Amino acid sequence: MVELESITKVYKAGRTEVPALRGISCRIESGEMVAIMGPSGSGKSTLMNIIGCLDKPTSGQYRLEGVEVNKLGDNKLAEIRNKKIGFVFQSFNLLPRTTALANVELPLIYSGSGNRRQRALQALESVGLAHRIKHRPSELAGGEQQRVAIARALVNDPALILADEPTGNLDTTTSKELMLLFKQLNQQGITIVLVTHEPYIAAYTQRTIRIRDGQIEVSG
Amino acid sequence: MKIWVCFATALKTLLSHKMRSILTMLGILIGVAAVISMVSLVRAEQAMVQQSFKSLGTNLIFVTPGAPSGGMGMGGVLGTTQTLTLEDAEAIARDAPSVSMVAPMTQTTTQIVAGGENIGCLTLGVTPEYQHVRNFEVDQGSFITEQDYKGRARVIVLGNQLAKTLFGQISPVGQSVRINGRQFRVIGVLKGKGEVFGVEDQSAMVPLSTAQAVISSERAGSGGHTVQSISVQARSKEAIDAAHWEISNILRQRHRIIEGEDDDFSVMSMDALLGTADQMYVIGELIMGAIAGISLLVGGIGIMNIMLVSVTERTREIGLRKAVGAKRRDITTQFLTEATVLSFCGGAMGVGLGWLIVRVSANALANMGLPFPAIVPSDVIALAVGVAVFVGLVSGIYPAVRAARLDPIEALRHE
Repeated sequence: MVELESITKVYKAGRTEVPALRGISCRIESGEMVAIMGPSGSGKSTLMNIIGCLDKPTSGQYRLEGVEVNKLGDNKLAEIRNKKIGFVFQSFNLLPRTTALANVELPLIYSGSGNRRQRALQALESVGLAHRIKHRPSELAGGEQQRVAIARALVNDPALILADEPTGNLDTTTSKELMLLFKQLNQQGITIVLVTHEPYIAAYTQRTIRIRDGQIEVSG
Repeated sequence: MKIWVCFATALKTLLSHKMRSILTMLGILIGVAAVISMVSLVRAEQAMVQQSFKSLGTNLIFVTPGAPSGGMGMGGVLGTTQTLTLEDAEAIARDAPSVSMVAPMTQTTTQIVAGGENIGCLTLGVTPEYQHVRNFEVDQGSFITEQDYKGRARVIVLGNQLAKTLFGQISPVGQSVRINGRQFRVIGVLKGKGEVFGVEDQSAMVPLSTAQAVISSERAGSGGHTVQSISVQARSKEAIDAAHWEISNILRQRHRIIEGEDDDFSVMSMDALLGTADQMYVIGELIMGAIAGISLLVGGIGIMNIMLVSVTERTREIGLRKAVGAKRRDITTQFLTEATVLSFCGGAMGVGLGWLIVRVSANALANMGLPFPAIVPSDVIALAVGVAVFVGLVSGIYPAVRAARLDPIEALRHE
């Protein structure tokens, strides 16, 4: 599913070059649930951005479902983000003043799909929020907001869900509930990659990739 | 992204910031209202003036004493110079082939007495032709006839307003009035012309011969009978220029004006005057339009300003939209649509306000006795709204492009 080959990423801060990733190679198979762990500044967010086609590597090869993503243009990348990848963020990133339903419909607007309402309803149902579709983010609890965000990530039937510290803003009980939801989705065949600091969150996954200083330390 | 989805999204966004949206629209609203009301009022006035010119007479050429002096060519003030004579008028009627009718006229300020009323008014000495050349219609009785003219009859035709002031509800025809102590029999009342050139509504008309005999009889240096103006009707619209030329030639010969010397009279066709007036109105319209256009420009700057604020405020939203698959084009379209919807709504409301201004002005003028058509021409509406939408679109471009260029990762991190 995800094949990374000696991926490097160098940021330029003025004249100094800051390497964020120094040659990362790994594979994530279809249907896997993987945690990426590492101290802050280790490059895990950069890696997630590259896997999520939000950023391009400075060098190296990235194949997503066999497609060489690093050679694609902006519009093509937007299409891949839209159709193949679902993002879940630490801070939910829902549109304020917009209902849960409309938030979930958002990716469908950009894929030009019909039947948006129906599909968004289904996605909300699958995260257990069918009863809160008309609520705005400010009227929902943190866990519920994150469920809306997961529904939004699911709505276009992606092959891959990328979650960047999805439980970072939630309490332990809610976090555990959410991890059960992720696990359930994974069992339905969706590949899930998540970044976390918490070992008990990583414990829900099948394996953990540890990163330090832009390199893979342990790939379990 | 389908266009109606864009519109729905834009409307939703704008409605979620109602106050801000309305304030932003205000600039465009005022601009469009200004364009609409100013241009409409100028056009309405122009139409009225055209109408009034028509009521003066068809294919009318106006000959007045005194040299033509700049501008509109209105030579001197009527009656101040006395170079035109009745004989000049007769010569024109006799010798100018492009002329169909000639109507000389004298005018004197007189006191007119009827019953208990004593009113100062203009008394015109005219020939029967005057009615046709100057498009007068008789409301009651009849106009001055050939016999009246030849027989120096003591008859008088009253202007509409004057008749009302002198006689009130009583029918004036058959009554008598006194001018300079002499008695005149009222034979007719004219229909009102109103509006701009309605002086005759307040005047009286007597046969020119009678006027020269009993009211005033000035003689020109050349020895003829002085007249204050000669109204000439050309045979047709096409003959106006020829008639103009013929009249000038005849008068220069009669007044012995040699080559290179200035005329002591002025000839002016109402058509040419109308053309000059029309040109002035076009210029007026352009100036008004330009001033109003500037306020549209200011409105556009307001829109750009608010859109830039909006882009900054919604950086995270833009980042998220890009993350879930929005292309640059989608983001550009979204912000352009918002700017356009803003300006279009402002423009539409501006049309309403402009229409209201025109209505209120028309009412106010009507109350002051100036009937004014309260019409907003549709081409003005189309132009104003078109310009407004264009302004919105143009002022949306820079903010939209800035939004589309945002890096999604940076944008998502934005606080």
